[in-house]
Amino acid sequence: MPIATPQTATLPTAPGVGYKAQHYSEIIADARPVQWLEIHAENYMGDGGRPLAQLRHLAERFPISVHGVGLSIGGETPLDREHLARLKHLCDGLNPASFSEHLAWSSHDSAFLNDLLPLPYTDATLSRVADHIDQVQDSLGRRMLLENPSSYLAFAESTWSEPDFLRELTRRTGCGLLLDVNNVFVSATNLGFDPRGYVDAFPLDAVGEIHLGGHDADQDDHGAPLLIDSHGAPIADPVWTLLDHVLAHSGPRPVLVEWDNDVPAWPVLADEARRAEKALARLNPALRAAS
Amino acid sequence: MTGLVDDFLPALMDPDRPVPAGLQDGLGRPAGRRFNVYRNNVTVSLIDALMQGFPAVVKLLGAEYFAAIARVFVQDNPPQSRLMMHYGAGFPAFLETVPALARLGYVGDVARLELALRRSYHAADAEPLDPALLGAIAPDDLPATRFTLAPALMLIRSDWPIHAIWAFNMIPGSPAPQVQGQAQDVLITRPDFDPVAQPLPPGGSTFVAALIAGASLGTAHDAGLAETADFDPTTILGLLIAGGALTGLNTETTP
Repeated sequence: MPIATPQTATLPTAPGVGYKAQHYSEIIADARPVQWLEIHAENYMGDGGRPLAQLRHLAERFPISVHGVGLSIGGETPLDREHLARLKHLCDGLNPASFSEHLAWSSHDSAFLNDLLPLPYTDATLSRVADHIDQVQDSLGRRMLLENPSSYLAFAESTWSEPDFLRELTRRTGCGLLLDVNNVFVSATNLGFDPRGYVDAFPLDAVGEIHLGGHDADQDDHGAPLLIDSHGAPIADPVWTLLDHVLAHSGPRPVLVEWDNDVPAWPVLADEARRAEKALARLNPALRAAS
Repeated sequence: MTGLVDDFLPALMDPDRPVPAGLQDGLGRPAGRRFNVYRNNVTVSLIDALMQGFPAVVKLLGAEYFAAIARVFVQDNPPQSRLMMHYGAGFPAFLETVPALARLGYVGDVARLELALRRSYHAADAEPLDPALLGAIAPDDLPATRFTLAPALMLIRSDWPIHAIWAFNMIPGSPAPQVQGQAQDVLITRPDFDPVAQPLPPGGSTFVAALIAGASLGTAHDAGLAETADFDPTTILGLLIAGGALTGLNTETTP
């Protein structure tokens, strides 16, 4: 008999979307097929006003995933205790179904760069990130999910593959993972590896959530394709195909559509979520039952 | 780990610096312009944040020129907070140092007004005072009455007609401002969730500033009168009440 823990809610294995305030009325009226919402934690760290009032209202109706973008878990400097306290305050008040952050750094000393910056995959980075994850999980009193980044370059000094690095982090800290399928496709294209091979090496058992988003296309100095994780476009077809490959191996998971820039009208976003719903429905019943 | 901060961070903020060593593509060749993706992400996201935060200044300068000015600010002033809702606190003062903007003397104060609107939007909630309680104050007790004010209440003082300039750019149908027009102090209240900016009559901002500082109604009234002989506090109290800005009162005389 499992013992109830403070984190009672979990995300449904159904489509969710990244919440945008301009969709508030439509979501309240009829969110189908969307069953859960993800918020960027830092946008709800003001003292009051409409953002928090809307969030309270939504949290009464939908499971909420709190997704941090500013903790800088991969940073060389210690985690910002004040920011950690703000995250705890938000999570304690909301009791979200999930909390996640990124394998990235975004600040150093007092400067915050508002972007998810890359890390070399070395033993030193591994120890530091593991310590930071321990600290986050201890502070929040909940398990967190860590998201794979989109990469535009690699560090010569890296000694770990990204899937192995993430697997080792789950082993050391007990954290779960957030698999961003678009990020896998973007990184694979940019660094010339096979996205399916990455997925096959990924510890899918630890995946508590899947992200999908749109990307833009550019070129590097040699004319090679350079994809940019823009979250400002429809999800590309090869990313949907890769999602099928992931789900076939992982079983059903909560699947989130992210669209943060050039945010479309609600029906466009709902259609993307419907496509994710179909991908989940295509899984054979035996696999669905097994998860 | 070497290089992450020593090389990566300065190169990120300064496009004239070389791409740090040890960064490569999938074939081990130098990363080259791949590094610019991060440079662009940082710079563009910060410029976008300023554009969202200062829409009236964007209209005054034009989007392209605003972006060029913002780029200079961003390079020297990366955010000091992880909460982007606070970004740009130093932007109004920065605008006043840009020589090319000297002829737009009001632009800094318009930016201050927009910053105050943003602060008001995110300020803590507070329950407005029951109007019945206000009506129940005995006339003799009025001068000694002190108010607690809503955290969303903001006051901007300016030597320029900033409310007219701001409204002309942000509220469709507003009349064209007279740049040589009367200086305007602006009161911001938040009746529910949307901040409302209103110009104050002469003496008004002195009166509100006194109330914010904790002065009694009588003292604040005197301060307004000292500035303008025909100062009438009732209009301004009306704005404060309608804006939900009075949240508590105390009629006891403090020693």
